[in-house]
Amino acid sequence: MNNPKTHLLPTGHARIESLTMSGIVKRFPGVLAADKIDFNVRSGEIHALLGENGAGKSTLMKMLYGLYHPDEGEIRINDKPATIKSPIDAIQRGIGMIHQHFMLAPSLTVAENIALGMKSSRGFQLDLDVVSQRVIELSDTYNLKVDPRLPIWQLAVGEQQRVEILRALYKGAALLILDEPTAVLTPQEVAGLFRILKQLAADGHGLVFISHKLHEVLEISHRVTVLRDGRRVDTIPTRQATRPKLAEMMVGRPVLLEYAKNPPDPREERLTMRDVSALSNRGATGLDAVSLRLRSGEIVGIAGVSGNGQQELAQCITGLRDVTAGSVMINGRDVTNAPPAALHAIGLSYIPEERMIDGVIKEFSVAENYVLQDHGHPKYTAARVFMLFNKIREACRRAIHLFEIKTPSTETLVKSLSGGNIQKLVLARELSRDPGVLIAAQPTRGVDIGATEYIHKQLLEERDKGTAILLISEDLDEIRALSDRIAVMYEGRIVGEVVNENVDIEQLGLLMTGGE
Amino acid sequence: MNQAVGTSLAARLNRLVDFAPVLVALLLALLVSSVLLVALNADPLAAFGFMLEGAVGTENATAETLVKATPILFVGIGITIAFRGGMINIGGEGQMIAGALAGTTIALALGDARVPAEMAKAPGAFDLVIVASALGGGFLAGALYGGLAGFLKAYFGVNEILSTIMLNQIAVQMMNFLLNGLLLDPAVAGFNNIPKTARLVTAAQLPRLALPLGDPWVFARTRLHWGLVIAIALAVVIYIFLWRTSLGYRIRAVGENERAASYAGIHVKRQMMLAMFLAGGFAGLAGVVQVLGLQYRLQTDGSPAGFTAAAGFNGIVAALFGGLNPIGAIPASAFFGGLLVGAQKMQREIGVPASLITAVNGLIVVFVVSSEIFILQRSKRRVSLQETPLAPARASAKRADSPDPADEPTAEEAG
Ligand SMILES: Nc1ncnc2c1ncn2[C@@H]1O[C@H](COP(=O)(O)OP(=O)(O)OP(=O)(O)O)[C@@H](O)[C@H]1O
Ligand SMILES: [Mg+2]
Repeated sequence: MNNPKTHLLPTGHARIESLTMSGIVKRFPGVLAADKIDFNVRSGEIHALLGENGAGKSTLMKMLYGLYHPDEGEIRINDKPATIKSPIDAIQRGIGMIHQHFMLAPSLTVAENIALGMKSSRGFQLDLDVVSQRVIELSDTYNLKVDPRLPIWQLAVGEQQRVEILRALYKGAALLILDEPTAVLTPQEVAGLFRILKQLAADGHGLVFISHKLHEVLEISHRVTVLRDGRRVDTIPTRQATRPKLAEMMVGRPVLLEYAKNPPDPREERLTMRDVSALSNRGATGLDAVSLRLRSGEIVGIAGVSGNGQQELAQCITGLRDVTAGSVMINGRDVTNAPPAALHAIGLSYIPEERMIDGVIKEFSVAENYVLQDHGHPKYTAARVFMLFNKIREACRRAIHLFEIKTPSTETLVKSLSGGNIQKLVLARELSRDPGVLIAAQPTRGVDIGATEYIHKQLLEERDKGTAILLISEDLDEIRALSDRIAVMYEGRIVGEVVNENVDIEQLGLLMTGGE
Repeated sequence: MNQAVGTSLAARLNRLVDFAPVLVALLLALLVSSVLLVALNADPLAAFGFMLEGAVGTENATAETLVKATPILFVGIGITIAFRGGMINIGGEGQMIAGALAGTTIALALGDARVPAEMAKAPGAFDLVIVASALGGGFLAGALYGGLAGFLKAYFGVNEILSTIMLNQIAVQMMNFLLNGLLLDPAVAGFNNIPKTARLVTAAQLPRLALPLGDPWVFARTRLHWGLVIAIALAVVIYIFLWRTSLGYRIRAVGENERAASYAGIHVKRQMMLAMFLAGGFAGLAGVVQVLGLQYRLQTDGSPAGFTAAAGFNGIVAALFGGLNPIGAIPASAFFGGLLVGAQKMQREIGVPASLITAVNGLIVVFVVSSEIFILQRSKRRVSLQETPLAPARASAKRADSPDPADEPTAEEAG
């Protein structure tokens, strides 16, 4: 108290000693997203927020950031009541948020993005040099290495995230909310992020950390609050938490963290790739003479750090990227560079990695999204022209029920579903098409453990039914749990393939990073 | 707890609240206009009174409002399709002209071929073949003209805003050239006259429209014609097309998210062209209907808006005002029709300069359109800011990619 210095953060901004939300209620049409929630964060603390998809985590945090307004309840900052009217208001009060989906302008530079929406001392002119200077200072303090002059689109996801953090710190965040920051990061990037978060906390920032990965929560947080269906289940010190305990708190029942798998029974070859090459988005070599065989009734896992050609691989198979050399065959037919519609017709399904961009149309309803490929299918149309929405809704309702998708109705726009539920919708759609070959890219990214368990079981069931599944995932645990064979990708090539029995993890890790 | 509940009252209320900003915008526009009027020593209340009277005060005024609204509605329907398909079509003017040129040529030629000279002026004659061919030809010409911009965008990445604006210029010059030459009315050839075609035979004209609501029938003595009915019917057809057919679904899918559309197996380029084709077709209809229903000949004063009266631009505003929904475009077009007609009366009665009227019109347009954008912004904010940074560049005015309102596309200027 006597020494005002202790109230300041290294960034020069005031601390938020404590922030308390009490009795917070938030209703959306058809959904009670927050039901009398109590929550608090203190300076120097990393507070993890856990809960199933649609439990209300993002909603609760968006209320702190002024994006939503509570219908009932009170927010107090440093014991004084606070009404947070807008994100600008939140920023002025020292609250920063890194969203589940980034919000940077791709064509602007790092410095420009950080300066965006800031007042400048030179009136309408931007002091970009000043900004750059300050960015460099900040990034030195927190080891957040980025070049302020680079445009965003040239940065890897992990770097973009650092820019988001820098931007929040630059604007004076004393309390930083991170909504699923690790979902899109490689394991190395996660380790880097955690170092930054620990240092931020040590310096007196308050942090809210949302994740579906229990081991991360156990590793990084001081306290955990679990939400379920818009209510707070409990808040406990992380020391007292274990994985099974947290899982049970979230889901309300014990969760299988491992599955029994039937022995593989591979049959005829469904997908054959011979020396397939393709360019990456930036025009460099994306895929370099990849050969792969996938049989009915087996799951082949593609392991690797993301950005090593996995996306190009999936897109070459699904007709979304030009194959520059080599051939792709499905069911013995040459489908090299065939259009996606032709591939759908012969039973190819694809769960895309970037589901928000590729997998759904956010402005369309759940029902409309459910028939993204099949909107012209005879079973959903009259004379192939008039869409029979009653039939579409009926099929969609069945899928909602079967896959336990949380949505108020089939007419809800997909943009108002939670991230995990969007993923379930994509999965439901792709499996309902009864695929012969399924390409599943990061199928459980951002998905809660209950749903992950469910998706994994579905994939195994599909495999037992004879579907050929290519599982692309960065999550080695997932690859190990589901695959029959594992191929490792590095720099656009398949650098090794093993049968998934007594796999040497060390060896896999080495292959993934380009070692021998 | 989070389970299905159906559309709640709250959702419906929310939608109602959405219209409030439009009304506020209208009031604001009227307020600012009042200030201008007061500055010119005119009584704003009286001025707006005249405006209202001019728009709907008499049977004839109402009819004129609807007559003006008709081409705006045709264009507005087309623009709605274009916007829904992610295309910004500023080429309504040029497409109207293309449609009018083709439609008029067909109507004149078929009129000569099918109607004996002595029957050319027979009252009440109607030849479905001529009218349908002219309408069809006008649609097709406009559609090809719009489709050209779509093709350039789809296959060569030419920005459709630029190409349609340039195609407007070409169309105007083409019309002036043809009306002074090939298509010039032989009766006035050689005189230094207004460039215009010969008059259509009556059988090629769209009949006048009157409603059996009294004696004489309502609108019997006005210029209101069947074009309005055609436009309203097509608005309903296009509503069904966009939201109930697989073709419409594909156009909307491409407009909302190209990447998801190609993932879905939709031929993105084809939908882009189709959207522009249809948009141009409707503008073409607007053009040919002006000739068949109202002017009975194609004529211009040589200025860019000499034939279209800027309906090709006003249709854009009407489409936005109508919430990018063809049904919504119906009242929106009527509103703008009223604005145009009412303004003339206001000008006549209180003698303010004509440019003030344009300014008042412009103000209303700017305020209303920015309120539309405000609504879209707000609904964006409501659903959080879940935009991903590397989404493909998207260019339609109905969407805002940036959380900063400053980046919003500004309102189109109306003539
Ligand atoms: N703008 C909105 N309009 C309507 N419903 C919404 C809106 N935002 C969220 N919801 C609903 O509120 C509930 C909570 O959503 P929220 O995004 O907070 O979940 P979450 O816990 O963050 O889930 P996830 O782990 O999948 O991100 C969900 O049922 C969601 O559909
Ligand atoms: Mg969330």
